Amino acid sequence: MALLEISSLSKSFRGLRAVANASLEVPEHGIVALIGPNGAGKTTIFNIAAGVYAPDGGEIRFAGRRIDGLRPDQICAAGIGRTFQIVKPFAGLSVLDNVIVGALQRCRTVSDARALAARVLDQLGLGGKRDLPASSLTLPDRKRLEVARALATRPQLLLLDEVMAGLRPTECDQMVEVFRELNSRDGLTILLIEHVMRAVMALARQIVVLHHGEIIARGAPAEVVRNSAVLECYLGEDAEV
Amino acid sequence: MPLDLVTNVLIAGVLTGLVYGLMALGLSVIFGVVRVVNFAHGEMMTIAMYAAVLLFAQWQLDPFLAILPVAAVFFVLGYLLQVWMINPFITRPEYSQFMLLVAVAIIMVNALLMVFGPSARNVQVEYQLESFALGPILFDKARVYSGAAAVAVSALLFAFFKFSRSGKAIRACADNYLGAKVVGLDVKHLYGLTFGLGSACVAVAGCLMVLLVDVTPLLGPGYTLLAFVIVIVGGLGSMGGALLGGVLIGVSEAMAGLFITPSAKSMVSFALLILVLLFRPQGLLGRRT
Amino acid sequence: MNRRAQTLLALLALALLVLPAFASNYVMSVATLILFFAFTGQAWNVMMGFAGQLSLGHSLYVGVGAYTAAGLFFHYGLGPWAGLWLAILLCVLLGAAIGFLAFRFGISGVYFALLTIAFAEFTRIGFDHIDWLGGPGGLFIKVAQRDQIDLLNFRGPPAMYYYAMLALAAGALALCAWLLRSRAGYYWQAIREDEEAAQALGINTFRWKMLAVILSAAMTAVSGVFFAFYYNNLFPEQIFHISRSIEIILGPIIGGIGTLFGPILGAAVLTLLADGITELMSAFGIEIPGVKQVFYGIVLLVVIMFLPNGIWPTLARRLGIARQR
Repeated sequence: MALLEISSLSKSFRGLRAVANASLEVPEHGIVALIGPNGAGKTTIFNIAAGVYAPDGGEIRFAGRRIDGLRPDQICAAGIGRTFQIVKPFAGLSVLDNVIVGALQRCRTVSDARALAARVLDQLGLGGKRDLPASSLTLPDRKRLEVARALATRPQLLLLDEVMAGLRPTECDQMVEVFRELNSRDGLTILLIEHVMRAVMALARQIVVLHHGEIIARGAPAEVVRNSAVLECYLGEDAEV
Repeated sequence: MPLDLVTNVLIAGVLTGLVYGLMALGLSVIFGVVRVVNFAHGEMMTIAMYAAVLLFAQWQLDPFLAILPVAAVFFVLGYLLQVWMINPFITRPEYSQFMLLVAVAIIMVNALLMVFGPSARNVQVEYQLESFALGPILFDKARVYSGAAAVAVSALLFAFFKFSRSGKAIRACADNYLGAKVVGLDVKHLYGLTFGLGSACVAVAGCLMVLLVDVTPLLGPGYTLLAFVIVIVGGLGSMGGALLGGVLIGVSEAMAGLFITPSAKSMVSFALLILVLLFRPQGLLGRRT
Repeated sequence: MNRRAQTLLALLALALLVLPAFASNYVMSVATLILFFAFTGQAWNVMMGFAGQLSLGHSLYVGVGAYTAAGLFFHYGLGPWAGLWLAILLCVLLGAAIGFLAFRFGISGVYFALLTIAFAEFTRIGFDHIDWLGGPGGLFIKVAQRDQIDLLNFRGPPAMYYYAMLALAAGALALCAWLLRSRAGYYWQAIREDEEAAQALGINTFRWKMLAVILSAAMTAVSGVFFAFYYNNLFPEQIFHISRSIEIILGPIIGGIGTLFGPILGAAVLTLLADGITELMSAFGIEIPGVKQVFYGIVLLVVIMFLPNGIWPTLARRLGIARQR
């Protein structure tokens, strides 16, 4: 059964169609990548799924329950964690405190949350930097913090918005490894938007290609890469496979 | 209530409102470009009023002629204030900018108090007592001249932003700070220019206002609030909105003074402000962000 | 909190407890004023320093709190212990109304600050027209014997007011310290730093912002009640005035916004500064109105320009008691 079902989703901004009749499913324990050129509507789909906007048409179901139109905090409570493309650390707080805020979503006490947050930070290799102010982190570490904070809310489904951008290939591979482990060991379901094809090919079991708000192809990574429509609109331009 | 009385008060409200509008225009221009809320705006207004009073007391200089020197000095001071003091605060949080300007405002009010004392001052020119009559309807000459001057100066400022090179550059800064920097505009200088222009607006408004009311140092905070009310009602950053807001507030104050009680007149303005904030936070003529 | 900080805090507490035994009435009045501003600043800090909601209209709650308790005492002889609850209730309702309107309609930042000013000013002018509470002429409550302690009606010698204020300030400090370590503290700070990210982490930002406003309003109501019974006279023109709101928030900002000790330190620095300048002026025989405030403004300007995070973070580092967290 699909954990996340997006059906016939549409959204326009001031008459500009950002997403048109898009449907996609993310199976439980699956990893799906949403790719497409800039402005294709990927982040819009994410933001609707995360409750930032309500869709103009269509619906989203999570574990069978309709979630479109809910507020972001309700969606988080339902079990969907997200990261932001432009990272949003709580700059004035320490790295650990940043993650504690997320962990409090599932923990009854602050000390439980602190323990959970510390575990998540270790998992992402940020354990040594937990007492630093978040504002002092480098961009790759900020991306990790973004992921750690979302993970601390113990989501069933994680929405990753370009977390690999700006990482060096080795850092990217480390991150991929973390997600693989979360997926295989904890059964975490992942939907990711990504431009870094290295990560997409390594992680995704299914790729959905979005262009001008419409889904133009979907399938296993190997198939999608051979799809001529995709090559034309997207991979022909700047992809590194 | 006789209709001609209401009409007279209404007209006085509109004309005074135009001067209010010019004062608020200064605040609006500064906020629209520099994105700093000038909490010392009313205090600057009172300083301009005192400048006009002094020039009149010393050399019998008509406040309309005082506009030129006072506005020029204010332009320079505003430029320097922005470049030296406010500019380092552009990237700081809002409350920090607010505190800076509050400190400036406190110094301004009390410096005036030190120099001039708490008693009211004014200028007395002949045309303050004269009026144009149109049937039963009277137009105070001082108000008519002031209102006209306020409109003229606003039009000049509008033309500056619309047609001049610097004006266009300033608008570019307001639209896209980073973009303006990228194409090589001297943002610091342009911000200074903007603050200078905003200050010059207040200076003109101050010179005009001394023809209509007596001035005391403690008027400052009240004018600051009034300017806020006007620009929020009209739309922060909208030039037409500031004038419209000024007229609206001028009229509502005059009407509240007539129909309710003079002491309640600013209550109506604040009620208007609250309503606008809640239902049209971008102001009457402001753009939605 | 490390060993050194604990020792310093204990010493400070001890000094404050025994102060009335040594101090003159004048020193006591200054100390009471410091504690008053420390407490009120702490209340404001909950809303702005913790949750990031800038209120420039806190005089509203001081005024409504003060007038509620004073009005009940004046007309019905009800002591402040009854009036206190009504004052808190009214301020909570007011805060909730302002917060609800602002947060539901998505008003934030400068606009929110202006909304709070508008409500305070609106109320100020409104109180000028409430004859039952004295109108612009002011409301005066009877000054009783100052040598006897009448706890029921909260009348007594300066030391009683001092200890009451000390208890309030200490209580507020303890409450805020606890809050900062609790869920509320984490959530508020998250909202302050980035509201969108906070919401994405499952925080119902509306509810927690409302809580901050309500708590801040309730605490400020208490300081209003104290104000009424300490000064015994109330004028809308003074108590609701925007300069009063600014006075309240200067302390926490100078001291260090969002910190626990900032409001206390700021209150002490500003009150002593204002008093010191007054003393200095009279020592030199200068009696020009405004001189004191000009100096005050200049000092303020200097602190704001050169210590943007306030005095406390710098001082704490110097003293070796900076927070580890």
